[in-house]
Amino acid sequence: MLGLKNVRKRYGAGEVLALERFEAAQGEHWLVLGPSGSGKTTLLHLIAGLLAPSEGEIEVAGQRLAGLAGAALDRWRGRTVGIVPQKLHLVPSLTVMQNLSLAPYLAGLPEEPARATRLLAELGLADRAGARPHQLSHGQAQRVAVARAVMNRPKVLLADEPTSNLDDAACEATLELLQAQARACGATLLVATHDRRAHRRFERVLELGR
Amino acid sequence: MTLAGISFAYLRARPLAAALNVLLLALGVATVTVLLLASRQIESRMLRDAEGVDLVVGAKGSPMQLVLSAVFHIDVPAGNIPLEEARALAAHRAVKKAIPLALGDSFRGYRIVGTTHDYPAHYGARVAAGGLWEKPMQAVLGSEVARATGIGVGARLVGAHGMGGEDTGEAHEETPYEVVGVLAPTGTVLDRLVLTAVESVWEVHGTAGEPEEYQEITALLIRYASPLAAATMPRQVNANPALQAASPAYESARLFRMIGVGVEVLRAFGIVLMLAAGLSVFIALTHALEERRYDLAVMRMLGAARAKLFALLVLEGVLLAAAGAALGLALGHAATGAIGALMAAQHQGPLTGLLWLNEEWWVAGAALGVGLFAALVPGLRAMRAEVAHALAEG
Repeated sequence: MLGLKNVRKRYGAGEVLALERFEAAQGEHWLVLGPSGSGKTTLLHLIAGLLAPSEGEIEVAGQRLAGLAGAALDRWRGRTVGIVPQKLHLVPSLTVMQNLSLAPYLAGLPEEPARATRLLAELGLADRAGARPHQLSHGQAQRVAVARAVMNRPKVLLADEPTSNLDDAACEATLELLQAQARACGATLLVATHDRRAHRRFERVLELGR
Repeated sequence: MTLAGISFAYLRARPLAAALNVLLLALGVATVTVLLLASRQIESRMLRDAEGVDLVVGAKGSPMQLVLSAVFHIDVPAGNIPLEEARALAAHRAVKKAIPLALGDSFRGYRIVGTTHDYPAHYGARVAAGGLWEKPMQAVLGSEVARATGIGVGARLVGAHGMGGEDTGEAHEETPYEVVGVLAPTGTVLDRLVLTAVESVWEVHGTAGEPEEYQEITALLIRYASPLAAATMPRQVNANPALQAASPAYESARLFRMIGVGVEVLRAFGIVLMLAAGLSVFIALTHALEERRYDLAVMRMLGAARAKLFALLVLEGVLLAAAGAALGLALGHAATGAIGALMAAQHQGPLTGLLWLNEEWWVAGAALGVGLFAALVPGLRAMRAEVAHALAEG
């Protein structure tokens, strides 16, 4: 599962995150709630191994992150963690289909064009496979980013502020999509947001900040 | 999906910048290639033309002009020498063989050379059709003359006064030659000459009936009996107020040295172009780093190791360089072929683009090296790029 013990992250003198204890079982859906600046993104990056904690221990899917470094950590991340960044960050030079293929390719896994095609169809993007990111609406781009995050059937799915700037209906749809995709691959889902509308879809909530 | 595929996708996303970089590199490669092909071919052709000729004797004047006019048939001769002097020289015991040359006329821009059978024999020429001349006013065509003019054995040709340049004078209508033979290609200057007996040239110029002491030839190609002759012979010849001696080997070496400066300048120009292309690739990739900050971060997020990002950038530089090298080599060969066609139109020696020199591998390698080197620093920076912040902002 996912466990954090006495984790602190400091930048210079400032402490951006202090978390005494957090545990989530495999397949649980958690909302990470807090105002901006409360360290939500930092927490997600720590779990993904994109940042190293200043103190404390992090274990994800049975792996102590302190025991991984360099290319091995990158490889582990690519295979274990799916991330939907706030700004999505699709690669603009590549098509939608290529953006999806990038996930298994860079993680060193066999490409699964059939899975990519099925995911696109599931998300209502079947006809957008050859499109470039700039030709997509925000909603479409977000669905592509979710599809990319789940391409490798991650054990942990992380989403950073997925509902900001969305109206109520879109907010609902996005959270539904994330939960459905997390369920489909049995992943532990962490959605970081300051959006209180998300509250009612989640039984488990981790509140950050004062 | 491959790393090369991703690199290519990036290049295709900015086609204009990529094309400019490729073109710049290609121009540098093409310049160096043309120089390589042209200088190598011209040099080897001049060496072949001058092979086995130890000394040229002609009228007093510049030794360079003498070699150019009598061996390479490029320049006009300074004048003629008395036949008797030439005969005396040919009989010298230090001379193994002496081939007389009588110049003065041309046929459609190709020189008519009065000589002996020793001249084609010297270059190992074979007769492709007909035979060699047996009496005056019979002519044998070099292979290129026959091909370019389209005439053959049995045809009649009329010489024009002059060497075939712009100063070509009136035609000798009343003294036509009969073509009795065509030579097979030799790859030497012979291919671009019309050969005949020395006496033909006298006949055409109306001196045939005069006593021998008034006859003249233009030059004498001499082969020494022993290398020792090189020490004394030129001095002896030059002591004669009517004669000039010149060594083809020495004069060609002098010529290469003079041309060499120009070739070096052009080669440096080509190398500067290639380096400029390298700088341009460097700038393009450095710029791309800024543009792709988020892409690189996302790739790390998706599991790419740092080394993979380095490889991605370097591959992009190498792809550009490979395209530049291929295009440059193709351009260089095409340009050499075009220059060759232009030279052929002026009856100058053959220059072909259909020749591959091993040195060209070095040129291609240098181009790839430029691309690789230009991509090195951007590649290292891509490797060190910070991920978490780039993902968080944006």
